[in-house]
Amino acid sequence: MNRDMIVEAHGLNHWFGTGEARKQALFNINLALPRGSLTVLMGPSGSGKTTVLTLLGCLRAVQDGSVQLMGQELCGATEAELTALRWRLGFIFQSHNLHESLTALQNVMMGVQVRTGVKDDLTRRAAARALSLVGLSDRVDYLSANLSGGQKQRVAVARALVGNPAMVLADEPTAALDKDSAAEVVDLLKRLGAERGTTTLLVTHDNRILDRADRILTLEDGRIVASKVSTGDDLDETLE
Amino acid sequence: MSRLLQWVFGRLPIGWLQLTHKRGGFIAALSGVAFANVLVFVQLGIMNSMATATLRPYDFFLADIMISAADANALAEGGNVARQWMLQSFADSDVIAGMGLFVGNAPWDRGDKDITFTTFGVDPGQPGFLAPDIAGDAVLLQVQDVAILDRLARGLSREDAAAIRPQTPLSFETQGRTLTALDTFAGGGGFGGDGYMLVSDQTFLSLFASRTSGAPDHILLRLRSGADVAVVTERLRGLISDDKIRIRSFAEAAQEDLRYQQTQRPTGVIFGFGVLIGVLVGLVIVYQVLSADVADHLREYATFKAMGYGPWFFLSIVVEEALVLGILGFLPGLAVGTGILTLMGKVTTLPLAMTPGMAVIVFAGTVIFSVLSGVIATRRLAAADPADLF
Ligand SMILES: Nc1ncnc2c1ncn2[C@@H]1O[C@H](COP(=O)(O)OP(=O)(O)OP(=O)(O)O)[C@@H](O)[C@H]1O
Ligand SMILES: [Mg+2]
Repeated sequence: MNRDMIVEAHGLNHWFGTGEARKQALFNINLALPRGSLTVLMGPSGSGKTTVLTLLGCLRAVQDGSVQLMGQELCGATEAELTALRWRLGFIFQSHNLHESLTALQNVMMGVQVRTGVKDDLTRRAAARALSLVGLSDRVDYLSANLSGGQKQRVAVARALVGNPAMVLADEPTAALDKDSAAEVVDLLKRLGAERGTTTLLVTHDNRILDRADRILTLEDGRIVASKVSTGDDLDETLE
Repeated sequence: MSRLLQWVFGRLPIGWLQLTHKRGGFIAALSGVAFANVLVFVQLGIMNSMATATLRPYDFFLADIMISAADANALAEGGNVARQWMLQSFADSDVIAGMGLFVGNAPWDRGDKDITFTTFGVDPGQPGFLAPDIAGDAVLLQVQDVAILDRLARGLSREDAAAIRPQTPLSFETQGRTLTALDTFAGGGGFGGDGYMLVSDQTFLSLFASRTSGAPDHILLRLRSGADVAVVTERLRGLISDDKIRIRSFAEAAQEDLRYQQTQRPTGVIFGFGVLIGVLVGLVIVYQVLSADVADHLREYATFKAMGYGPWFFLSIVVEEALVLGILGFLPGLAVGTGILTLMGKVTTLPLAMTPGMAVIVFAGTVIFSVLSGVIATRRLAAADPADLF
């Protein structure tokens, strides 16, 4: 296991369904994400991007192969171990999934409060700081229902980042946003990730995002078919 | 409230925020819980007052053992008993006194509205069988056709009742005879009659022509002080082996009467069911509200799950909501329940009232059942799979 890598997968296979309906979704996935990098995961619909994300994000049990996340093997880990690992991850979903009855600040606070024993005023301050980082200082006490789509997604970014996660997993976070808001959200992820040394794994179809990535993985039919590493301005193509 | 809950649960009061976010639904839910509370309060109040009313006449007498007909489930029910059993029981050296007690219903015809008195015929020569506050009047009863009236009787105005004194007696017609009320005592209307009346056994027999002095409704016995009532009762059962009569301690007779009213009589059973239905209504309302709330927030809950919140967190949200509904629904329920019981007590002159005991029981029940429904409602949370969010 390489210490520079936050997550490494070796020979990862995954199946959905049982019996006759059992169908393999991932085939022999090997990947490694360096700490602090921004990786984009691309591929056609149904190629297995979300499945990879849920496996690395401890949201699904690893069936076959090995995934080492922050030094811990996920294959065979218990539900409680997976839950505890998720405390150190940040998630951004395609839809913001904010809690409508909570304010922007309270939604972000939920991102830290999961670590029990965190003091209320500390939580509050951390959340306010996270909101100011995403440029929403003036919307702190708005109920999420009263925010625009882009603002909501920025609150979701703040919520994912507020706990200083080791890795952020985002699945098409810009799909519901217009061009400007999308660029804004991705820039935020890139800038904050760089500042804090956070690793980011981003699933997207959005071509505008590609030039901001450190590396691009391409999935097809459950297999990684391309892995490009950016060196300076141009991307270096290496086939797996 | 928000601060209190935050302090209790050590986190943002999400349950509270979630409930109060939809104000209309919240108020409807609280009204539902309050309604269930009122239902239970009214039924409990009636049951309580039935117990009070059932036990009340037993307070008029002082006795250790009562001999009744086998079918006499209540004071005013069942056949009569032969006076000879009283004489037989004197064979036991612990029995020091006995009195035949007659019971009948005598309507006082007042033209517009009768007052039905549950009438007790007692031996005025044995004041020791009467409660201390009545015993003093025994001497008045020695005169034929004299009655002591229940001043709390339904239909008798408090002023009229207060005016009844030996110096200013009240004469009235009942069972075709004229009785003279010389004094009053505190009885209280029950579910059977409107109130109570005490007369001498001689007066009783002249009111009820079909009754005879050899067959009272019950025989009351008093024992030597220090005698063990249970032991003597057992001895008397051996002495008097007649399966058409039952020999019980007086206290036991009162309790059996109460049990009979609550479990055998339709009224008692109906009110018992009323309590059950109130509890069920409350359970269903809270369950509906909470499980709908869980279903409405599955995505949010799944998001929390993804963020690493465990099952206890979700349980505590739903318990928080259940507590809010239970406690805030209880308060208006208590207020309305008290109002309704007071009003019903005024109208019916039954001893209907909110008691602290009832309030405590209903509060505890509301909280427990709310939390219970909340816990059942969290089963729906299993459907919140964070892997489905992406
Ligand atoms: N819960 C599931 N049960 C059964 N099959 C599933 C499940 N989730 C995904 N699959 C299957 O696994 C394969 C990969 O799905 P996945 O969601 O990872 O694709 P994706 O690359 O994220 O696609 P999209 O771009 O449309 O989101 C697909 O064939 C899909 O039908
Ligand atoms: Mg997908």
